[in-house]
Amino acid sequence: MGMTITEKILAEHAGLKTVAPGDLLEVKVDLVLANDITAPLSIKEFKKAGAQKVFDRDKVVLVPDHFVPNKDVASAEQCRMVRDFAREQNLPHYFEVGEMGIEHALLPEQGLVLPGDLVVGADSHTCTYGALGAFATGVGSTDAAAAMISGTAWFKVPETIKFVYRGRLRKWAGGKDLILYTIKDIKVDGASYKAMEFSGEAIENLSMDDRFPMCNMSIEAGGKNGIIVPDRITEEYVKSRAKRAYQCYTSDKDARFGKVREYDVNRIEPQVAFPFLPENCKGISEVGNIPIDQAVIGSCTNGRIGDLRIAAAVLKGRKAAPYVRLIIIPATREIYRQAMKEGLFDIFLDAKAVISTPTCGPCLGGYMGILAKGERAIATTNRNFIGRMGHKESEVYLSNPAVAAASAVLGRVAGPEELGL
Amino acid sequence: MKFTGKAFTFGNDIDTDVIIPAIYLNTSDPEELAQHCMEGADQHFSVRVKQGDVIVAGKNFGCGSSREHAPVAIRAVGVSCVIARSFARIFYRNAFNIGLPIVEAPEAVDGIQEGDEIEVDITGGTIRNLTKGTAFTCKPVPPFMQELLDQGGLINYIMKKKGNRR
Repeated sequence: MGMTITEKILAEHAGLKTVAPGDLLEVKVDLVLANDITAPLSIKEFKKAGAQKVFDRDKVVLVPDHFVPNKDVASAEQCRMVRDFAREQNLPHYFEVGEMGIEHALLPEQGLVLPGDLVVGADSHTCTYGALGAFATGVGSTDAAAAMISGTAWFKVPETIKFVYRGRLRKWAGGKDLILYTIKDIKVDGASYKAMEFSGEAIENLSMDDRFPMCNMSIEAGGKNGIIVPDRITEEYVKSRAKRAYQCYTSDKDARFGKVREYDVNRIEPQVAFPFLPENCKGISEVGNIPIDQAVIGSCTNGRIGDLRIAAAVLKGRKAAPYVRLIIIPATREIYRQAMKEGLFDIFLDAKAVISTPTCGPCLGGYMGILAKGERAIATTNRNFIGRMGHKESEVYLSNPAVAAASAVLGRVAGPEELGL
Repeated sequence: MKFTGKAFTFGNDIDTDVIIPAIYLNTSDPEELAQHCMEGADQHFSVRVKQGDVIVAGKNFGCGSSREHAPVAIRAVGVSCVIARSFARIFYRNAFNIGLPIVEAPEAVDGIQEGDEIEVDITGGTIRNLTKGTAFTCKPVPPFMQELLDQGGLINYIMKKKGNRR
């Protein structure tokens, strides 16, 4: 019996030749990640356990990105705790304001996660790195602390669900739409405890900036990890960034999949997830009249250069509708600089957008665009739960960057086609 | 391990933003987090809930973010146990790791209404609805996980084990 890519990476890190779904393993981790919200709890547990040193200072990454630059005194205290720990442990991969970006855009960009790696992160969107052909999963702060101390973690080998995407993407549809459509199909717990492997012709033709959002949102279907077998597009992305050796795994022809779901991509139009769950998706042609107060383009899901280029293509020569706040957040400094070089900032500024320093900010209702009671936002983020971006009685609609940009211009949820694009 | 308390019922897919909105994540102090526990679903939960009370919920409880603040807030507000039809994966792990007992028991969820007096025995694997006089079975929590709960979480458990070895 063959193995899936997920099983192979877990087996390799457990020092085993083969593993099967349901096996309990102790694995070595290549990287442990935490941010300004989750690291303080990890550090408390680390100290409580009486630990002196992290297992390997090159393999512990701390990225204050959620409420940074500090949004208030309490956040400042949390960040200081993370900074002090980084200093005490002499961690080379601590990213201060001025170096930081949104963690799940930053780590791949910096070559810190590579194909074949096993990564645990105290952040649910750690699964993003599956787009590189790595096994990456979100854990709590205590599990992260244990991994920082021991360099290991325990896992049950998940069964893999294979998703096959046939055909070619429609105009203005991207990876975000494929994953939203998939979540609509299998629901928010449809992949609970499972690995989600994305494959097929449409995935093979997908850029990295469209692959990251797919793996990123696998947690929104309850998945343990999302993963894409590395190919030439992955290699192209990784080769200039990698500072160490890495290994590309594939799924065997006779690998065992718990389920296989197939989709005809030609039929998937840009999706919009209505409140209050990512599974509540409708095609853009079916949304009806939904006025908005704010549009957010950014986050670990869709704040990459490819996303900003798409937003710019829609916003060029246009302006946000009156009384609509358009907030654009490049996910890292490299993306920020690139967007600036390409002249995207001029397009955004002319469109009445504000351009923020990299931060998770509004995505989780932190700051930099909080919604008042009864307000509505369209966002390229990943969650539209009750109160996610602010007041309990505010609403978030999730979409790709093209739809978010067009919606900002029209003042209601709408696709670029309505602008004649 | 046995707990007795009043049931507070919630629906399906209760996410971690409902359990503890991110606006309060600028602290990791359990007492502060407790004040805002379940605020997204019930503004006054933290005032109404008494020490020992039980949360009873539908499927996929704790979905969304990996924030350990969610089970920490539930524990700190005085909830003795969460019974749900099913739990999201990261929440499940986090709950045990910080010492919050949780039980998957779909039949019990169907047979419990808001305000019912509930007795949960996670060692024996039984849930009694004292108000209605009904009983349900659930999978007992294995001994090592109970010890983990007894110790108040994974780190204490590991430290105790280390201590015993010396």
